[in-house]
Amino acid sequence: MENPRGDDQRHQPPPSLWPVGFAVGVVCLLVGLIVSWPAAAVGAAIAVVFGFLWARDVVAAGRGPALPEPAEPEAAPTAPAMPEPDPVERFPRSVFLEMSTLGLGAVIGGIVTVPAIGFAVLPAFLKQHSPEVDLGPITDFPEGQYVVATFLRNPSEGEISRRTAYIRNNGLVSGKPSFTCISNRCAHLGCPVQPGGPVFDSKKQTVKTKNGEVDLIPALPAAGFICPCHGGAYDQEGNRTAGPPVRALDRYEFLIRDGHLVLAGTYSVASVSGSGAQAKIHRYQLAGPGQHIDSPEAWLYPVQPPH
Amino acid sequence: MYPLDWLEERSGLVGAVRYFLFRKVPGDTNWFHTLGSATLTAFLVQLVTGVILAMYYKPDPQNAHSSIDHITHDVTLGWLVRGMHKWGASVFIILMFMHMGRVFLFGAYKYPRELNWIIGVLLLATGLFEGLTGYLLPFDQTAYWATVVAININGTAPFVGPFLASLLRGGAEIGPDTLARFYSLHMLLIPGALIGLITLHLYLVIRLGVTSPPWSSEAAGSGRPPEPPPASAGLVRPRPRAAVKGRPTE
Repeated sequence: MENPRGDDQRHQPPPSLWPVGFAVGVVCLLVGLIVSWPAAAVGAAIAVVFGFLWARDVVAAGRGPALPEPAEPEAAPTAPAMPEPDPVERFPRSVFLEMSTLGLGAVIGGIVTVPAIGFAVLPAFLKQHSPEVDLGPITDFPEGQYVVATFLRNPSEGEISRRTAYIRNNGLVSGKPSFTCISNRCAHLGCPVQPGGPVFDSKKQTVKTKNGEVDLIPALPAAGFICPCHGGAYDQEGNRTAGPPVRALDRYEFLIRDGHLVLAGTYSVASVSGSGAQAKIHRYQLAGPGQHIDSPEAWLYPVQPPH
Repeated sequence: MYPLDWLEERSGLVGAVRYFLFRKVPGDTNWFHTLGSATLTAFLVQLVTGVILAMYYKPDPQNAHSSIDHITHDVTLGWLVRGMHKWGASVFIILMFMHMGRVFLFGAYKYPRELNWIIGVLLLATGLFEGLTGYLLPFDQTAYWATVVAININGTAPFVGPFLASLLRGGAEIGPDTLARFYSLHMLLIPGALIGLITLHLYLVIRLGVTSPPWSSEAAGSGRPPEPPPASAGLVRPRPRAAVKGRPTE
């Protein structure tokens, strides 16, 4: 007796993952042609291996006698109690094709999407650095007086990188110059704090340095620093005295190079005890405005992106 | 009419538009039901005026503000288009809230329309984000510092805040790319999201229909025929034990 459906199915190559691997190899080869030769070679190798396995399977399936079928036709009528294996249980070719179409679509979509998203997201976190800023000779900073220094943090970026720091020369401490370099970025939400006192615009001097022109304006922030946005107030050391800020004003690291005052990276300050050259600065890694750094709320900001 | 018939035969679009425009709505809808359409209209105004403004606006820190100046003072009718976009933005936001209030007070968020309420909330958030990114573009002092503050407010979100702020700025500091980033978000990414969400929103409005006001005599359920009275008053007579399923008969 002839099995009505068996003959049809026997010649189908069994579903396998070889074509998928073959396709991946081809994709890798094509991408490699553009990106790099080793990747192309790997892709070609994958394509060849999987292509061979695929071809071998197809050829093996074509050889009907390879299947151990002949014994079954006699056995089937004698053992009717055994239920026929449910044909639905088989992994149908259409499902395989659906899955591979969807899978391949997802792979192609991923190949296109992942680099695009990376391009949109990663530059915000990589290659971040704080360039050094040359503010000119330290003799331009009279001892014990605040100077409003306005400079381009990164001249190649242009005016958008213009920043302001309040610089005070604290004189010599055991033979080394000491400076207080306070950032004007409010520790509440980042508005520019202003000196609480006269700013002597008429005494403004412009110093030409490696960073272009640096404006130095003497000021007398007798009442410390005050933020115009939401009323945050700080004393002359940058300690918060009133208003919503959560910590003291940030500071610049500084170094003296060839007699010039050079600002480097910024760091955050919880508070400052003492003043001037004797100040003890409770410093922390730079955090964004409004982020706590020393209270229990600091647990809310365990990791900072690269600055 | 011939051209319309031609189009209808090949696309079915005429029928679709006719279905959309002339579909049945409850008889006692009122002016409050127009707030959604008004919001959509405000959005379309923003879309059109924004596209025109993009023809003259230059999204880089050196030229942004002067190009706004140019649009306002030199380009013919530029003041009008920019004014429409600027004030229309507020109108759009206000109408979104009013529409939301109408839906809430009319109970129109209830079954089966919960999903449309959720999409509406997403639309509100996306619309507010559109407002935030657009606010930087004039690139004057107000725009710049308001955006600094807004980004830093995002930065105070627990755990992810600092990363969110860097992502918005495109770096640790506001730099030359920040403005173009906001511009791209403002005119490509967010409007795309808004259009997609609005499409879903309208699809659900059409599919589920418009709700009557809560005082409507046609409100859901009131048109239902009265329940038939129970066959017999009083206690229900117990069924014979044999009829109870699962019990062995005695």
